Amino acid sequence: MTIDYSHYPDSHGRFGDYGGIYVAETLIEPLAELTAAYTRLRDDPAFIAELDHDLKHYVGRPSPIYHAQRLSKKIGGAQILLKREDLNHTGAHKINNTVGQALVARHMGKTRIIAETGAGQHGVASATVAARLGLECVVYMGATDIERQKINVYRMKLLGAQVVPVTSGSKTLKDALNEAMRDWVTNVADTFYIIGTVAGPHPYPMMVRDFNAVVGREARAQMQSEYGRLPDALVACVGGGSNAIGLFHAFLNDADVRIVGAEAAGEGIATGHHAASLAAGRPGVLHGNRTYVLCDDNGQITQTHSVSAGLDYPGVGPEHAFLKDTGRAQYVGITDDEALAAFHELALSEGILAALESSHAVAQGIKLARGMEKDKLILVNLSGRGDKDVHTIAAREGLSL
Amino acid sequence: MNRIDARFAQLKSASRKALVPFISAGDPSPDGVVALLHALTESGADLIEIGVPFSDPMADGPVIQHASERALAKGVGLAQIFGWIAEFRKTDTTTPIVLMGYLNPVEIHGYERFAHDAVGAGVDGVLLVDCPLEESQAVGAIEAAGMRRIFLTAPTTSAARLAAMCEKARGFLYHVAFAGITGANRLSLDAVRERVAAIKARTATPVAVGFGVRDADSAAAIARFADAVVIGSALVETLAGAGSAQAACDAARAFLAPIRAALDAGSAAHAA
Ligand SMILES: Cc1ncc(COP(=O)(O)O)c(C=O)c1O
Repeated sequence: MTIDYSHYPDSHGRFGDYGGIYVAETLIEPLAELTAAYTRLRDDPAFIAELDHDLKHYVGRPSPIYHAQRLSKKIGGAQILLKREDLNHTGAHKINNTVGQALVARHMGKTRIIAETGAGQHGVASATVAARLGLECVVYMGATDIERQKINVYRMKLLGAQVVPVTSGSKTLKDALNEAMRDWVTNVADTFYIIGTVAGPHPYPMMVRDFNAVVGREARAQMQSEYGRLPDALVACVGGGSNAIGLFHAFLNDADVRIVGAEAAGEGIATGHHAASLAAGRPGVLHGNRTYVLCDDNGQITQTHSVSAGLDYPGVGPEHAFLKDTGRAQYVGITDDEALAAFHELALSEGILAALESSHAVAQGIKLARGMEKDKLILVNLSGRGDKDVHTIAAREGLSL
Repeated sequence: MNRIDARFAQLKSASRKALVPFISAGDPSPDGVVALLHALTESGADLIEIGVPFSDPMADGPVIQHASERALAKGVGLAQIFGWIAEFRKTDTTTPIVLMGYLNPVEIHGYERFAHDAVGAGVDGVLLVDCPLEESQAVGAIEAAGMRRIFLTAPTTSAARLAAMCEKARGFLYHVAFAGITGANRLSLDAVRERVAAIKARTATPVAVGFGVRDADSAAAIARFADAVVIGSALVETLAGAGSAQAACDAARAFLAPIRAALDAGSAAHAA
């Protein structure tokens, strides 16, 4: 039986066995209100026009597809094409989602925005849209991430947001998400929680996907008009999975297009120091949904590691869990070293500094290209630019700037 | 008869209100849990809630977060918790015990196996904070094993949901006094009274109120209209300050005694 992937999630927010709504009772009603507001707005021509206008004039869409010819030639295999989400305003795909959710927040009459952030890209994208709409903005960020993403912390402050360090648990993205949920449950009357990835309880995995799905819709049309065909393979990095599902979604029913997600294998999956929830985790419940999680035999969520803060997350969006189980997508690990090598390779051969997160996708694209014919096309989602990571990279290479 | 049902029936006929202390399993010391449970019943606990520590307690404030972190650092998990309850049951066969926690440890333990182990140890009810009414997988196994699935109601719960919950409620309903996390101090008595009245209009199932109950005064005020008061963070914080297992038992006694007295004074005044 072929699955029509455009029909997910169902009305309970389920993607097969995954997704759903696993939250404390206090949040059930606010989530129902959000679902009602969002499902009304997404079919409202005025809302769609407003969103399209912002995506074009504020975000700078459409983002181009760039043929990385020198890189492809060096590899000697399939052609690598890059979907340039790094060229968006604020430098990553994250803005696609925050522009959309901020509009929903405004329509719901909320005056205060909260967000969690790992790498700081989603925090910056949230602070950006909050500034533009004149909304108060509070961003929760793990103390460890604040240390390794100083530039983004300062960007958020310049944009008028308050950055709250989270010192509980592992002091990274998952703990920031916990803290943002605690804020939301406390201030639910006036506050809109902009989740930054396709995780959390329904409707977030669906709503965040929908707002990022512009990437794949655009790419599908660009491939047809510029190359006369669809790509042979898609590659994207997977932290929570928003840039990946954003690219993949419009192609899920194109059975001939191979789909590969690159997770953070950190120091190697065998070392235990990684964040590869799909490749090495098991089904569980975290942050409001059932999905693959990294946890021990007592069900305690385990510490993750990745050189890229944006991939350092022990869960993953439920739709990816579903795509893994159905076999429609394949998820593989890319180590810190492989990602760094790809970062340098892309910088020197194409003049593009990619985010460390996106460098995982580039590394996987290079791997795939090696085993494919020269006339094949691989479309890699270049989810963000690397300016925020130069300090991390310098430090790893023993330099201080 | 399930111990929760038996206990509430007994309290009702005596016109007394239930005192329900919450402890975070394994805190302040894993060695002292069984003695602490006995100290709680000796100082007037009618039912005990035991929190199963979780790495990502989204609904909890700093006090319970830190208690969970301390217990997890000492390796506390479901297997040990079941062991402590079984030990407690050797000498206390009547005080109901409710496990309170998050879904993932239960999911990973396995629903059937969890239900079997919990009942075997002597658990009477289970409250899964992040598992709402609609998720039936967990409920089936818990109820089939003879335990009560305890539902939370919140200030935000809609009338339609409240009706559905009241219909399914067994054991007792746990009303969360305010929208927020454990340990916060946002109690508004009038709002809670109104809510509890709305619940009681729909069901004969006893109603417990928790979140924001910190001392004898707040407990007595709540007990005027609720059947049970749950005291969590304030107790956990008190216990955390105890230097030894013995000191924790003493601290628990000193903490609960005035609360018990205030509840009983309230019931006596009501009866008179
Ligand atoms: C550039 C970039 N790519 C990818 C990610 C990972 O998130 P997701 O998997 O939701 O796309 C992040 C997260 O911060 C990011 O900044």
